[in-house]
Amino acid sequence: MTKLTNLTLAEARDGLKAGEFSAVELTTAHIEAMAAHKDLNAFITETPELALEQAKASDAKIKSGDAGAMEGLPIGMKDLFCTEGVRTTAGSHILDNFIPPYESTVSGNLKKAGSIMLGKTNLDEFAMGSANITSFFGNVKNPWGENVGKDLVPGGSSGGSAAAVSGGLCLAATGTDTGGSIRQPASFTGIVGLKPTYGRCSRWGVVAFASSLDQAGPMTKTVRDSAIMLQSMAGYDVHDSTSAPMDLPNFEAALTGDIKGLKIGIPKEYQVDGMPQEIIDLWKKGEEMLKDAGAEIVQVSLPHTKYALATYYIVAPAEASSNLARYDGVRYGHRAEGDLKSLDDLYCKTRGQGFGEEVQRRIMIGTYVLSAGYYDAYYAKAQKIRTLISQDFKNAHAQCDVILTPTCPSAAFGIGENEDDPVKMYLNDVFTVPTSLAGLPGISVPAGLSEGGLPLGLQLIGRPFDEETLLRTADVLETAAGFSAKPKMLEA
Amino acid sequence: MSALDKDTVKNIAFLSRLEVPEEKLEPIAQDLSKILDWVEQLSEVDTDGVEAMTSVAEMTLHWRKDEVTSGDQPDLVLQNAPDQADHCYLVPKVVE
Repeated sequence: MTKLTNLTLAEARDGLKAGEFSAVELTTAHIEAMAAHKDLNAFITETPELALEQAKASDAKIKSGDAGAMEGLPIGMKDLFCTEGVRTTAGSHILDNFIPPYESTVSGNLKKAGSIMLGKTNLDEFAMGSANITSFFGNVKNPWGENVGKDLVPGGSSGGSAAAVSGGLCLAATGTDTGGSIRQPASFTGIVGLKPTYGRCSRWGVVAFASSLDQAGPMTKTVRDSAIMLQSMAGYDVHDSTSAPMDLPNFEAALTGDIKGLKIGIPKEYQVDGMPQEIIDLWKKGEEMLKDAGAEIVQVSLPHTKYALATYYIVAPAEASSNLARYDGVRYGHRAEGDLKSLDDLYCKTRGQGFGEEVQRRIMIGTYVLSAGYYDAYYAKAQKIRTLISQDFKNAHAQCDVILTPTCPSAAFGIGENEDDPVKMYLNDVFTVPTSLAGLPGISVPAGLSEGGLPLGLQLIGRPFDEETLLRTADVLETAAGFSAKPKMLEA
Repeated sequence: MSALDKDTVKNIAFLSRLEVPEEKLEPIAQDLSKILDWVEQLSEVDTDGVEAMTSVAEMTLHWRKDEVTSGDQPDLVLQNAPDQADHCYLVPKVVE
């Protein structure tokens, strides 16, 4: 029998149903894997006792025929989702003692579906980063590092979730994506990462970064697993006025394996200067695979692509500076001690001590672009360009059903690289940010290995609220690519 | 060019309510200037007559009845307070 930690979510679900193993056995296997690979630093808080308790309850439910859609399946929860009674840090010193008295809608939905929470996964502080190096709880290691004998970043900000899924520490994990934080780490670790349409999943109880961009989604071993998990995460929520009041389709049923006649758009503007040849080759390969499966390839244009990243780095910090104003040391979280001269002094010291360097940088950029005299030049201008970027996608999607691009301009890089210049680090998200600005669903599918032997992903971008076509295409691409390489640690 | 000087950074830091040590002001000024220089490229885009985006999803916000649906949970609300007394938050005594 396959090791329990090597199963996909779908295989584990079917195995539990058939009585091949129990939820307690499945959960125990993952708790052991977590204990054996603490060096990855994928979790900030582990909840093994809670998980085993849940597993026992799941076994009883499976026996009595009351099993939920994800009954007994152990997952990781990004430490940005508030979990009742379980510490939620957002990877920040300012929240390192915060125990939410309530549950986020997404984690609550997953709980209701019967899934088991193994712990809270590591992330860049307040989800701000592309390498998981800004966490107050230390950087996460990419399980693939061993394959090349070097410590690699797992990507970010959902780096702990990506490392945990890729390293077999959990069957699947939640992520959040503001500018690529699900898709980029998925690409770096050889897993599937889906950012749904803005509004598909409730943001209630998710620690806010940039509210007009933040969206939760699944990070899984396969496309099918993403469909299963999205089903349990998504849905209208009265607590989030931006969540979509729409019925959910059956996402797994959308995986028909048939994309004949579907139109796949190739945007010429994603061919950026200095893009490595291996990324261009992989993109071409993806195009051919979809064509061989019966899809029609069409050339499309997204003319404002090159402005997306700069637009993002005005909009996202602006929203962040406003969202993070709530951390004042008065009501919860870290509070500065000692000689305090005024209320402002309490605020300034608390926030100066509580926030890390990158978070402070973004708060200051956001404050600057929103300040009197600069608002129109920066923020209003960026929001206008955002309209143009969104319009580009509308025009492109009038000619095609799904757009195919690389997920990232490179494979995972070494820990310590790209840190000398913030703009260099921001360039990681050049292909994922436009989708976020337009609120569209995007998925990264592992499609090949770099010359150095590291995973590379391809991104598919769908129409708003058409995750079904997106997942159907991703499933076909995944089958055609047949990506089967694994981190060495899974061979033992 | 949008080079920021130390005094501007000091002001931004205060508006952000962040205490920044004196020796960090210069490096931060350089970092922020670099980022602002880089976003300067947006000025070349013609946005005349373009509406600023106010909502990414084209939908009407859902209405609900204006009624109290939860509340009266002071213990839960104060559960994470650094300091409290009589169901109120306490802040350190300061003389302004």
